[in-house]
Amino acid sequence: MGKTKTDLTWQELEVGATIVTPGNAAEYKSGDWRSMRPVVDNKKCIKCGTCYIFCPDAAIYETAEGFFEADLYYCKGCGICAHECPTQAIEMVEEEE
Amino acid sequence: MGILEPTNVYAYKLITKKDYFAPGHRACQGCAEALAVRLVAKALGRDTIVASATGCMEIISSPLPFTSWRVPWIHVAFENAAAVASGAEAGMKVLMRKGKVPKKKITFLAMAGDGGTSDIGIQALSGALERGHDFIYICYDNEAYMNTGIQRSSSTPYGASTTTSPAGKVIPGQTTWKKNVPEIAAAHNIPYVATACPSYPIDLIEKVKKAAKIKGPAYIHILSVCPTGWRLLPELSIKAGRLAVETGVFPLYEVEDGRYRITVDTGELRPVNDYLKIQGRFRHLDESMIAKIQARVVQEYEKLKKR
Amino acid sequence: MGKRIGLEVSLSAAEAVKMANVDCIAAYPITPQTHIVEHLSELVNDGVLDAEFIPVESEHSAMSVSAGASAVGARAFTCTSSQGLALMNEIVHIVASMRLPVVMILANRSMSGPISIWNDHTDVMSIRDCGWIQVFANNGQEVFDHVLFGYRVAESHDVMLPLIINMDGFILTHVIEPIEFWEKEQVEQYLPDFKPIHTLHPDKPVTMGGVGMPSIFSEAKVAQDEPLKQSKSTIISAWKELGDIVGRYYNPIETYRSEDAETLFITQGSYGETVSLAVDELRGDGISVGLIMDRLWRPFPFDEFRKVTGQAKNLIVIDRAISYGGQGGPLAIDLRSVLYKEKNQPDIANFICGLAGRDVTIGDFKTMYHKAMKKVKEHPREEDFEYYGVRGK
Repeated sequence: MGKTKTDLTWQELEVGATIVTPGNAAEYKSGDWRSMRPVVDNKKCIKCGTCYIFCPDAAIYETAEGFFEADLYYCKGCGICAHECPTQAIEMVEEEE
Repeated sequence: MGILEPTNVYAYKLITKKDYFAPGHRACQGCAEALAVRLVAKALGRDTIVASATGCMEIISSPLPFTSWRVPWIHVAFENAAAVASGAEAGMKVLMRKGKVPKKKITFLAMAGDGGTSDIGIQALSGALERGHDFIYICYDNEAYMNTGIQRSSSTPYGASTTTSPAGKVIPGQTTWKKNVPEIAAAHNIPYVATACPSYPIDLIEKVKKAAKIKGPAYIHILSVCPTGWRLLPELSIKAGRLAVETGVFPLYEVEDGRYRITVDTGELRPVNDYLKIQGRFRHLDESMIAKIQARVVQEYEKLKKR
Repeated sequence: MGKRIGLEVSLSAAEAVKMANVDCIAAYPITPQTHIVEHLSELVNDGVLDAEFIPVESEHSAMSVSAGASAVGARAFTCTSSQGLALMNEIVHIVASMRLPVVMILANRSMSGPISIWNDHTDVMSIRDCGWIQVFANNGQEVFDHVLFGYRVAESHDVMLPLIINMDGFILTHVIEPIEFWEKEQVEQYLPDFKPIHTLHPDKPVTMGGVGMPSIFSEAKVAQDEPLKQSKSTIISAWKELGDIVGRYYNPIETYRSEDAETLFITQGSYGETVSLAVDELRGDGISVGLIMDRLWRPFPFDEFRKVTGQAKNLIVIDRAISYGGQGGPLAIDLRSVLYKEKNQPDIANFICGLAGRDVTIGDFKTMYHKAMKKVKEHPREEDFEYYGVRGK
C-alpha cells in the first residue's frame, strides 16, 4: 500500500499536490464495505456479461472459461449484478464475519 | 428502433474490457452515476483529458493521495468545468499548432453534476458552447446536490423530496419542474446533443463515441440514478433508470445538427407511477400530483416526437 | 538599446505579452484594463501573435480558462481589475494551490461600493493572502519589463507559482509613456519556453486538484507556502539577469535619498514617483526625509525593510486601501508587524489617501509630512491611522 494521507510529509507531496500514480485508488479495499456477497451459479450463467457491464465498481471480471466472478477486494455488495442477471444466476448471500 | 436492441445482451461482451476509471473509488453501493462514469471512460479511452467540477464523482475519485483516474484529470472548482475544459482545449490546440506537443487527437471532456451544470455551472457551459470549443460536456444528473447531502437543484423533478424541498405538511416537495438543460444546449446550435442513461449502456457508449468524433461542442445529459438520494435499494439502480426511460420521464434521444431522433423506443409508455413508486423521494405523492406528472410527461414526450 | 517609443502603457503591456510568446489569453473587459486585451485581440487577429484569444463570459471563467490552459502546458495570460478580481477570487486561490504559473496584470482599481472605476489598491489588498507572487510596477517601462520577468520567475521549476503585476489603473494604463522595447534576441536569452513539471497529457496521466482531507491539508498548504517564501532568491536573480540584459536593475524595495533620512515615506505603485518630488522639495527645505518604494509585496521582503528602516526615526506609510474596522492600511499593518521585534522601532504614521483615484499632489505629501511630525510630537508612538483629505474628518 502506498503512503496514505497520514504518512506523507509536506516535502513528499508533488508540486501542486498532483497525484502522479494514475488509478492508485485501486489500492483501496472497497470490499470492506459490503454486508452481502454475490455468488454465481455457473450452471445457470449464460456468459452474457450483463453483470460485468452494470457493476459501478468494475468489480466483476471475466474468468478464463468465460464465466464472470466478483472481485471481492472491491465488491461493495450492492446487488445490481444479482438483480440484472437475465437468468437469475447470481444470489446475494450474507457475509459471514 | 434503438441503436441496439436492449435485449441483445450478448452485445455487452463487445465492449472493451479496459477500465480507465479504476475500482476502489468511494461511491455509494449501487451508484449508477459511477457506472455512467465508468462507461464513459470506456467509450473515450486513453486519449482523453477530463476537467471535472466539484461533486460526487470528483470527491469519490480523488481523495489525496489516491485517484481512480487512469487518464489525465483536473478539478478546479464547482461551476467552471466547462471553462477549465475550454482552457485545456485551447491551450492544447496552440501547443500542437506551434509544434510544442506532437499532433494527435485528444478528446476533452468536461464533467459535472446537475448542480454544477444547470445551476451554478450554466454560465460557463453557455460560454463554452457559444465559443465552439471542440469538447464534450457531460452532465451526470442525479437530480439534486447529492454530494452535499441531497439538496434540490433546478434538475430536481417536480414533487421530489430533498432536504431543501422536503415533503412538508404545507408544501409537498419540489414545486417546480425539471429544467430542460439538453434543450438549452440545443438552443446554442451545437453539432450534437444527446440524453443517455447507464441502464442502456450500448446506447450511452455509442453516443459518447459519436460526440468524441464530432468537431465542436457536444453535450450529453446522463440520468444517473442515486439510490442514496432517491431512497431506493441499491440493487434497483439499473431498473430505476430503465423505468425512467420506459415511462417517458427521461426519453433517450439525440440532436444532430438540429435533427431530433429518439434513439431508444420502448414502445407504449408505461404509467409514470411504475417509476415513482419504487423511490422513497416520491413516497408522499398524492393522486393529483401523480396525475400532474403523468400529464406533463406525456405532453413533453409528444412535443419531443414532433421535433 | 531597443526601440524606444511613446505608447499608451496598456498597449505596451500587450506588446510585452506578445513578446513573451504567450499561448493563451483569456479576456474579459473591465475598466481600466480593457485596452490591454483589446490590443492583444488586434495582435492575434492580425496574425502577429500566434495565440488563442478566448473571450470568456466572465472573469471567473477567465481565471478558470487560464488554469486549464496552464495545466496542459500552455503559457497563459489574463488581466483584470477590482470587481473582476473579486469575481475570480476563489479560482485565484486555487491556481496558487495548484502551482500553475499564470501571469496576470492587475490594473488596480477600487473595490465597489460605491462602484468606482478609478484607481486605488483595495483590489490587490483583497487578495493579499492568496499565495500569488505580487509585484508593483511604478511606471510603463516597469510594466513592460515585468511581464517578461513574470513568466521567467513563475515558470522556474523552483518556483512554479502564479504571479501578479500591479499597475495603477488610469494613472498608468491610460497614459502615454516612453517605453523601450526589448530586442527579440534579448527575450530569447531571458525567457525560455514553458516546461511544466506536471502537465495534462494522456501519455503520462496525472490527477490535479484532489480532495484534501484534514489529515493531509496542512501539509499541502505548507508545501504551497514554502516555495513562495523561497521564491525571493529566484526573483532577485531574475531581476539581476534582467538588468544585465537590458540595463534596468530592479530590487524588492527601491530607495530614494533614504540612507541618512530621519523620516521615510513608504509607498507602493505609481505614487512613489510623485513622493520622490515631494522628498526633493522637503530636502530643499533642509528636512531629513527619504523614500522607500515597495516593489515586491509577496513574498514580503522582510530583511530588506528591516535594513533600510534601521536608522529611521519615523515612517510615513502611504496606504491606498483600508482594513475596515482594523488598524488602518494593509501596508502599515504589515510593516508594524515586520518591525515588531526590532530594537529600533520607528514611529509609524499611516495615511489612507488617493482612494478611487482622488488626486494626491506633491503639496499633499508635504502636508502629510508635517502632519506626521505633529503627531510624533503630540502623540508619540500612537500607532493610529488617518484618512487624508476627507471632508468632515
